[in-house]
Amino acid sequence: MNEQFDVIVVGGGPSGNAAAYTLAKGGLRVLQLERGEYPGSKNVQGAILYADALARIIPDFRDDAPLERHLIEQRVWILDDTSYVGSSYRSADFNKPPFNRYTIIRAQFDKWFSRKVQEAGALVICETTVTDLVRDGDRVVGVQTDRAGGSIYANAVILADGVNSQLAQRAGFRPEIAPREVALAVKEIHFLPEETIQSRFNVTGDEGVVIEMAGKITQGMVGTGFLYTNKESIAIGVGCLLSDFSRQKTTPYALLDHMKRHPAIAPLLAGGEMKEYTAHLIPEGGYHAIPQVFGEGWLMVGDAGMFVNGVHREGSNLAMTTGYLAAETLLELRAERKVFSARNLARYRAKLDGSFVMRDLRKYKNLPRIVEKNPQFFTAYPELMNKAAHTLISVDGIDKKAKERAVRKHFVSARSRLGLLGDIFKLWRAFE
Amino acid sequence: MHILVCIKQVPDSAQIRVHPVTNTIMRQGVPAIVNPYDLVALEEALRLKDRLGARVTVLSMGPPQAEAALRKALSFGADEAILLTDRAFAGADTLATSYALASAIRKIREDMPVDLIFAGKQTIDGDTAQVGPGIATRLNMQLLTYVSHIDNVDLERGEITVQRRAEGGVQVLCTRLPALLTVLEGINEMRFATMPDMFRAARHPLAIWDREAAGVTDLTKVGLKGSPTVVSRVFAPTPRMHRAEIIQTQSDQPDDLVATLLAKMFTKFPDLRAAVRPRCA
Ligand SMILES: Cc1cc2nc3c(=O)[nH]c(=O)nc-3n(C[C@H](O)[C@H](O)[C@@H](O)COP(=O)(O)OP(=O)(O)OC[C@H]3O[C@@H](n4cnc5c(N)ncnc54)[C@H](O)[C@@H]3O)c2cc1C
Ligand SMILES: Cc1cc2nc3c(=O)[nH]c(=O)nc-3n(C[C@H](O)[C@H](O)[C@H](O)COP(=O)(O)OP(=O)(O)OC[C@H]3O[C@@H](n4cnc5c(N)ncnc54)[C@H](O)[C@@H]3O)c2cc1C
Repeated sequence: MNEQFDVIVVGGGPSGNAAAYTLAKGGLRVLQLERGEYPGSKNVQGAILYADALARIIPDFRDDAPLERHLIEQRVWILDDTSYVGSSYRSADFNKPPFNRYTIIRAQFDKWFSRKVQEAGALVICETTVTDLVRDGDRVVGVQTDRAGGSIYANAVILADGVNSQLAQRAGFRPEIAPREVALAVKEIHFLPEETIQSRFNVTGDEGVVIEMAGKITQGMVGTGFLYTNKESIAIGVGCLLSDFSRQKTTPYALLDHMKRHPAIAPLLAGGEMKEYTAHLIPEGGYHAIPQVFGEGWLMVGDAGMFVNGVHREGSNLAMTTGYLAAETLLELRAERKVFSARNLARYRAKLDGSFVMRDLRKYKNLPRIVEKNPQFFTAYPELMNKAAHTLISVDGIDKKAKERAVRKHFVSARSRLGLLGDIFKLWRAFE
Repeated sequence: MHILVCIKQVPDSAQIRVHPVTNTIMRQGVPAIVNPYDLVALEEALRLKDRLGARVTVLSMGPPQAEAALRKALSFGADEAILLTDRAFAGADTLATSYALASAIRKIREDMPVDLIFAGKQTIDGDTAQVGPGIATRLNMQLLTYVSHIDNVDLERGEITVQRRAEGGVQVLCTRLPALLTVLEGINEMRFATMPDMFRAARHPLAIWDREAAGVTDLTKVGLKGSPTVVSRVFAPTPRMHRAEIIQTQSDQPDDLVATLLAKMFTKFPDLRAAVRPRCA
């Protein structure tokens, strides 16, 4: 077999689809290989779609993309064992098109995106795992798959194979991810009638609500939980650092089970039928974990390059943007009749540095290390905050001054004055 | 030899949900797959092709998305694929489906005579097992259902010998060609396509036939109009409340297991105690 393409894209997630779509639209001969039975069959996400990143690639995506609900309300909950303190933002302005954020179901969304890729002219082949890169000296010149029949060649290969990127590891482009740089997330989908979701979350039509959660639901581990409303289902999940799971010997499903029984969460799920249970890794190493993302004839995009903003729970948008920028780089080089050498592909890294992707990741570059070393943010503080709220809100004959003193005392005895100051400083460092 | 394989795209029944309130089937987001029994039929056809040489054509009636099922069949090694798709075919029951498929097969035969037609044992959504026999009847072909093994195809004499699973045993049957076979599940395992096959399947042009191309002239015989079957109600069976129980025993010695089980049984059905008389040692 002698198949030769301009570009081979490995992986059919948001990063690979963004890259393949852009390249094919730009007139290159593109082959995309996906190991799943169809694009999306293997993929896990909450899932919130950030419209902006997609709109820059497919401006009229709203016409036919499978979108569940557009989000009009964001709640943030800090939980202890029996309660939560939280804030929420809800706005009628989020009801003005074009909507900014949507919930999606990845299996359907990825399939739609893949159809767009095919319509743009790329050849998409599923159920095929890329097992190795074919190299000529330093240069990547193609791929090898798990199917008999030889190698496939291309002038450039885009690694869009997700967080594990075994290809990059095998090729030595990236070390194996350290367990403290990756979260293990589990997620379930619970089916509920549309009307039930609407009344439970106080929404009408396709309006939706997200709840982001932190606190004792992660049982002292560094992590967060979420609950998102789809049209006819609710997605609920929790993720914690892999290193914490193994240290604490907690199983992910036990953690999620425990979370679902929280008195503030259980009523939201009541009566639903659990239909899907999935687990997936999320890169959480942030800026410092990003490897070399280009080389002789290859580029790395999406989760494979560790492009995830854990603080804001953004991943798919970084995936699409990096995929798009990688494609744009190749298209520009092609137009300038330049080869896909490492030197020329450095333009991709420059584009990344100039985009929100690297700016955001740089902003939070210290955060992963700080939260990892300071579990009090996930245990002591949620408890203190909930206790404080409880003390201040209960009316029980104790005067308000005394209540405030009690709250202060609680904080100081739990963390000491210096500890409190230190924590404030650390938070400032993390979010500076 | 020209072998035709009828395949149907079906919703993955493992992922179908029933609406908890309205009791209707919720199809949203349920992935479509090739009816698993049809893959067994296809593999059997491909094995004949490997052994004796043949052209294998796959035929499916369904919506435009059924293209995915046909591409999959091509990747495994089918030579040609025909998609019968037309709004007039929508809502067909087994009678109307076999009518449309039989018409198309008559057209296919004009191009190249068909020696063998394969169909799955049944589908996992309709579950009727009627379409295969319906086609055979309409085309006046020999019909062999529940085939578990193809012993021999003798092209010179125009004969096929198969084993057929029947109640109480296996029948060995020989009949003349052309014949329609429906095959049992589990008699083979689908092959893993090679990379060149994947490329060929992805690029191969599909033949897309509407009612005219399929030679369907009488519109009262296809689609909803041609379907006497009426689905009067769909409901989810109430789940059984009986639960399995794990019974602790002292040891795993047979006497102990039996004694524990008997004790359990006698507490549930006291009348049995009189009926079961332990044998004297
Ligand atoms: C009781 C009942 C309820 C039904 N309910 C509905 C309904 O709610 N909605 C609706 O749209 N239809 C309905 N139908 C129609 C039915 O689902 C199919 O469209 C029917 O035409 C195929 O029957 P089957 O799936 O039972 O196939 P079977 O007869 O079980 O299939 C046997 C084999 O025939 C071949 N075959 C079957 N169909 C095709 C095809 N389309 N193309 C190529 N090969 C094929 C395959 O090889 C298959 O393995 C119903 C039918 C019945 C009898
Ligand atoms: C529980 C959870 C919740 C999340 N929530 C959100 C959210 O709400 N919003 C958000 O923006 N992000 C979220 N993310 C992150 C987001 O899912 C990822 O950042 C995004 O999917 C990355 O896209 P990708 O294309 O790089 O990788 P993936 O989506 O992982 O796609 C990689 C693809 O490559 C394929 N592949 C892998 N190896 C090979 C191979 N060797 N050969 C061929 N194919 C291969 C895989 O099958 C897969 O389809 C969440 C993640 C998780 C786990």
